[in-house]
Amino acid sequence: MTEIFGRFDFDVIAHWVRPGERVLDLGCGDGSLLKFLAAERGVRGYGVDNDPGNVLACVKNGVNVLQFDLERGLQGFEDDSFDHVIMSLSLQTVRHTEGLIREMLRVGHEAVVSFPNFGYRRHREAIARGRMPVSEALPYQWYQSPNVRFFTIADFEALCADKGIEIREGLFFDEGREIRDDPNLNAELALYRLGRRL
Amino acid sequence: MTDTRSVGLVVPQRARFDQALNLRSGASLPGFELVFETYGELNADRSNAVLVCHALSGSHHVAGVHANGSPGWWDNLVGPGKPLDTNRFFVVGVNNLGGCYGSTGPMSINPATGKLYGADFPVVTVEDWVTTQARLADHLGIDCWAAVLGGSLGGMQALEWTLRYPDRIRHALVIASSPKLTAQNIAFNEVARQAILTDPDFHGGHYYEYGVVPARGLRLARMMGHITYLSDDQMAEKFGRQLRDGKLKFNYEVDFQIESYLRYQGDKFATYFDANTYLITTKALDYFDPAGAYGGDLLAALARAKADFFVASFTTDWRFAPERSRELVYALLHNGLDVSYAEIECSAGHDSFLLDDPQYHAVVGAYFDRIET
Repeated sequence: MTEIFGRFDFDVIAHWVRPGERVLDLGCGDGSLLKFLAAERGVRGYGVDNDPGNVLACVKNGVNVLQFDLERGLQGFEDDSFDHVIMSLSLQTVRHTEGLIREMLRVGHEAVVSFPNFGYRRHREAIARGRMPVSEALPYQWYQSPNVRFFTIADFEALCADKGIEIREGLFFDEGREIRDDPNLNAELALYRLGRRL
Repeated sequence: MTDTRSVGLVVPQRARFDQALNLRSGASLPGFELVFETYGELNADRSNAVLVCHALSGSHHVAGVHANGSPGWWDNLVGPGKPLDTNRFFVVGVNNLGGCYGSTGPMSINPATGKLYGADFPVVTVEDWVTTQARLADHLGIDCWAAVLGGSLGGMQALEWTLRYPDRIRHALVIASSPKLTAQNIAFNEVARQAILTDPDFHGGHYYEYGVVPARGLRLARMMGHITYLSDDQMAEKFGRQLRDGKLKFNYEVDFQIESYLRYQGDKFATYFDANTYLITTKALDYFDPAGAYGGDLLAALARAKADFFVASFTTDWRFAPERSRELVYALLHNGLDVSYAEIECSAGHDSFLLDDPQYHAVVGAYFDRIET
């Protein structure tokens, strides 16, 4: 799924990751983000994906991949064992959103998440017309979508405030351009750097 | 040979090692012989060598065919253009010490007595096997394996290589295996051993002298083993409650197809496999526990390892369950090693590792493709 945005979200994530870090990428797809981070930042990375095709693609890409089911959580991973735990455009595909973010912040010093904003103007317009949105950010028909959670930027920030998850940085984009004005309406994609509130 | 993806006709080789071998048990052997096969060519840098370790009933005959037509036990994986491609790699298969396919074992002459060892052959362990395999590597001029791989007990040997000789192995492929057996798994081995040990033809392990073999025990051991190597689903699918002769007989002959299958497998096995080797090999399985020397701490036990790992398990394998492989993966992660883990959806239980499931072979092939030679 990462490919639909080209590389600009990769650039943001690479900017947030320091050279040589240990990185865990949840829902890593074909491993292209980890391959990018290894090339750009020299990270030691591991991807997690439960799709056999993605596992094969990662092995072909020379990326460490672990075929685990994220719905079972991250229980085998040790506390603080990664510098960053990343979930790029996959948060909306898991059921236990809150538990998973908590787990990401247990296993990693920081978490990075990105997700399509269901509150984006065009998505609202689609709903107003009476149909579920299908767009570049949400390229699936409702009956074949891997997405199981539908939330907006405002929903996500409310969750973080409610659950003591610290938002250290948030960046919002529409068609590759950064959005500062009312991102919940104007941005199709949100990226966050999250931490544990001390 | 019409099959262009086969290594073709192979002839086993033999190497003799005259230096005494001290075993984990405290016993020692004055020397030993190993039977082995090789496929492909060792390159000039000697950097393309791959060792294939066998499981309970396997042998050095991994790939190709013998003159008598018998195919190697992993011929679907190893050969030109196959996942472990003999056009790129020099592949070595070896019959482990204590085996019954030609390497020194219970059926060899004990130089101290001039008679067959039988039950006097010492219990050997995974660690001992790896030591002898290292001597074979020396013999072949291989300083460092590009990879060591195996399934089940073979995977334990690949893992042990990374601990015993961390500088002599670059990649370990540990498939359908475990860093140690569970109590349930040991329990199955114990029932198998009891079947053999209590067979009246066992004669304390010296049955060769009586001109008999404990075929009933070996047969029972194999029948039970087979049940544990298959999955419930697969057995249901393959046999269900099918009757062999179309009606119930109301006696103790074969009613169901599954009975027929197990009897056939047991009978066949008892004609070619040695009972003493079976006993030794199940003990090697039970004893393997690299964490044992570290108070049960697998994380600490693996700190020595330097190799990159590929770990695979099969969803329906309950004898070497995916959970055991995950345990290994987490311990490798703790130690910062490169590791990939595939959990293959395959209905065939533990036996899956011997089959040619497309996803399984594709991932193993892709992993070998990225190993530099």
